[in-house]
Amino acid sequence: MSLISTLARLEAVSTGRAQPAATVRHRHLSDRPLVFVPLTTAGEAGAPLGALVGTDRDAPRLLVVPQPRDRDLRFAFLADLADVVLPYVDAYAEAVEAAERTETDPETGKRVKVEVDLCADAPQLIVPSRGGIDLVRLLGRSMRFRRTAEQDPETPYPAPPRVPLLGRWLTHFGERARVPGSSLLLAMTDVLGRHWATGQSTLEDQHLGALLAWIDPPEGLTGAEAALRAELERDAKGQLTCPPAGPATDPAFDNKLLAPAIERYDRARTALAAAEDGLEADDRLGALTAAEREIRDLVLSRTLPTWEKVWQGLDLLRELPEGAHVEERWTRDRWSFTGHRDRVLAGEPPQPRRDDAVTAANKLATREREQARLEAQEALDDPLVMAGRRLSGEAFAGEVTDVVMAYSEGKRPSPRPLVTVRTDDRPHLGERTKVYRSLGGKPQSAEFAGAEEDGAYVVLRILDKMGRGKEPEPGSVPEKGDRVCFTLFEHEQRGGAKLPDPEETPWTHGGPPGEAALEAADPVTAEDTL
Amino acid sequence: MPPPRTRGTALRHRLAELRGPDVPAKALDARALAALAANPGCARRAILDGAGVNKAALASALGSPSAFGQSQFALTRGNAFEAKVKADGGAELLRLVHEKLDRAAEPPTEARLPDLTAPGPQGRTARTALELREATAHPGAWTLLDHPMLALDVAGSPAFLEPDAVVVHPDGSWTVVEIKSFPLLDGSADPAKVGAAARQAAVYVLALEEVAARLDPSPRVRHRILLVCPRDFSNLPAASAVDIRKQRAGTARQLTRLTRIEDIAETLPEGTCFSPELPAEELTAAVESVPATYAPECLSACELAFHCRGRSRETGAVTSLGRPVRAELGGLTTVEDVLAAARGEAGDPDDPAVAALRRAAALRAEALEAACR
Repeated sequence: MSLISTLARLEAVSTGRAQPAATVRHRHLSDRPLVFVPLTTAGEAGAPLGALVGTDRDAPRLLVVPQPRDRDLRFAFLADLADVVLPYVDAYAEAVEAAERTETDPETGKRVKVEVDLCADAPQLIVPSRGGIDLVRLLGRSMRFRRTAEQDPETPYPAPPRVPLLGRWLTHFGERARVPGSSLLLAMTDVLGRHWATGQSTLEDQHLGALLAWIDPPEGLTGAEAALRAELERDAKGQLTCPPAGPATDPAFDNKLLAPAIERYDRARTALAAAEDGLEADDRLGALTAAEREIRDLVLSRTLPTWEKVWQGLDLLRELPEGAHVEERWTRDRWSFTGHRDRVLAGEPPQPRRDDAVTAANKLATREREQARLEAQEALDDPLVMAGRRLSGEAFAGEVTDVVMAYSEGKRPSPRPLVTVRTDDRPHLGERTKVYRSLGGKPQSAEFAGAEEDGAYVVLRILDKMGRGKEPEPGSVPEKGDRVCFTLFEHEQRGGAKLPDPEETPWTHGGPPGEAALEAADPVTAEDTL
Repeated sequence: MPPPRTRGTALRHRLAELRGPDVPAKALDARALAALAANPGCARRAILDGAGVNKAALASALGSPSAFGQSQFALTRGNAFEAKVKADGGAELLRLVHEKLDRAAEPPTEARLPDLTAPGPQGRTARTALELREATAHPGAWTLLDHPMLALDVAGSPAFLEPDAVVVHPDGSWTVVEIKSFPLLDGSADPAKVGAAARQAAVYVLALEEVAARLDPSPRVRHRILLVCPRDFSNLPAASAVDIRKQRAGTARQLTRLTRIEDIAETLPEGTCFSPELPAEELTAAVESVPATYAPECLSACELAFHCRGRSRETGAVTSLGRPVRAELGGLTTVEDVLAAARGEAGDPDDPAVAALRRAAALRAEALEAACR
């Protein structure tokens, strides 16, 4: 945490309200995000208990598993979830625009431009907290290797159709969420925490209710008071008035309300199975429906407050103007979405359980590159982020006090003007350190040519973006009196060295992966949890 | 004339007084051990745990109830899984130990399963030590100790610990087994949970080493423990050997540098008592008489955290925002001090921390102003 954000947190403590940690919005927000508020059963590896899901704030779809240990009920839940998520995803897969991509021609080995489809927009999943992202990944993992009756008539517990497909999509969303700056799958606490500094620790910011209480406290309360209420206030029945954003539930809810309700449901089911005639069965079916209704109400009562909070968070975020580079990063998300759509359409097998060495190295390289890109772009888009970089000596801003024309030595002298900048910042500049500024969206580079008066004046030699002529193009060299901001970090990230094809994996990394074998489904046992 | 009290009984007596009359001592559990690792410098936690005070009850009595609790679903599931792992005289468990830790040994076809029941924790500890000696004296056989009881001296007071199982190998060496209900998914589990399990096992290993040291020749306590978890989404056990040397060294170091409970107890005013029966004001005063070192990490490890957080916030301590915050602010420890220094109203401008703060405040103000325009 930089000193600037620490200061913002301390100001939040002192004023009782969260303070801005960003002046623009650094993540893309879809016009029609799919909000997903899941709950799981404690102790079972991600066994779903229920969820609220949908794109319409006023009409969420409630999905409930009345007995989380029952495989058929879990499958019904997953099938219902597929019915909501897949049409939403498909809607974005259809509208495409033409785009160009550079590919290596397999015959000539040259880099050529190819015209391909790029989805015009991409779906966006929003979950309340980081635990939600983990659950999306877990659900994806549990579903993508399942076999439907159509794929394999022998399979002991066939999954409903489309469930394996949902698993592949959720896996893709979960994997993409690990790429810094991506917005296909967002956790509301992370996004809010990026844009506001609260008067509590980052650990406590993981509680969506407390976080929102600091950002937008109700009338007459300070952020600290409202946050405390969100964390601890319990009603007469001992239940939290602001239920945790999940996917884990509060133990008091499990023990006092949910467990008895599930027990009643089980009893009603056993009674129905034991019914001897139609009339008795009718009665008992009524009891079963009532018991199920009760569990549905319980799940709704725990998810609806979180659902509202996620939308409140979206409202708050939408008030911020979008950062200039957000669109570009979203385009990368669209590429990623289009790529997965194509893999699914081409009938490729689901993502493997473990990546081969080359894929894993590529993923890691992508994440590192995107992290550097994100840091650079956020600083360029947002003066508050840039302020942090200036404080740490990675950038400096100031006024141009002098411009002296100079030329490079050589046969064709090119302009290499010397620009003096007066600055209060203390950048870490060494001899000929390269610095960059944004000129019409493109980085212009310069090198450090000397400092005067103990670093208060920095002399820079501008190196490029001045045109081909002997005289620099108008506007390409700062003029006296201009405010300029240079960074010591590069604005655009270069890709790393190319990795070998998977077939060429060296023995040090396990050798070529060999024939891609179709991964078997997980063995099914009597006591599975997901 | 009563016999002169030894130092040990005097301390035990003092701790019982702190706990309050007729309040049974609460054994040091996994959460207390985690809190120990998370915050070894906290005198309040040390004395309360050392005296066996029920901190959850104490927190409720103070008006800041803890948010911990265990869902009965998790409990049922955890117990069912443990029972499954230990079924058939521990056949599956021993097979896993053999496969993961001791391939060279004879496969366990039959194992000794000594009965460890005895009255009271002291009795069970003695019984466990006896059976461990017996088992070590039977070379060539596998022995499974189901829920043994071990004693460990924590800051001058004995803590009783109950590992899920301890296995004695045919070569006479001992292995700690931890059974957890979080899944091992595609061969990997949640690193935070594995870390917590490893820290817990490290404490058991330390306690076992004390038992081993009393035997001659003293058997080896293995530093690779067996972690047993459900595989993927099923209820089938999967196991993994976890090297706990690092956690063992860390815990051993922290145990030795724990402020002696005796020393803390001596600083308390006469008549201090932490019984949850007392009125809230008296309790608050008693709790306040021991200093705490609150940090947000306490929230996930200590039942008293909400109380300490409230106090920490009241005094405006910057640590309530996190330990790293404290680290970058130099000698400034309260929110108002820091803000005054940042505004230029207080503080020595030659102090690098103050200078950096002012610079940060100026840059932040400039950026916010630029954004408003």
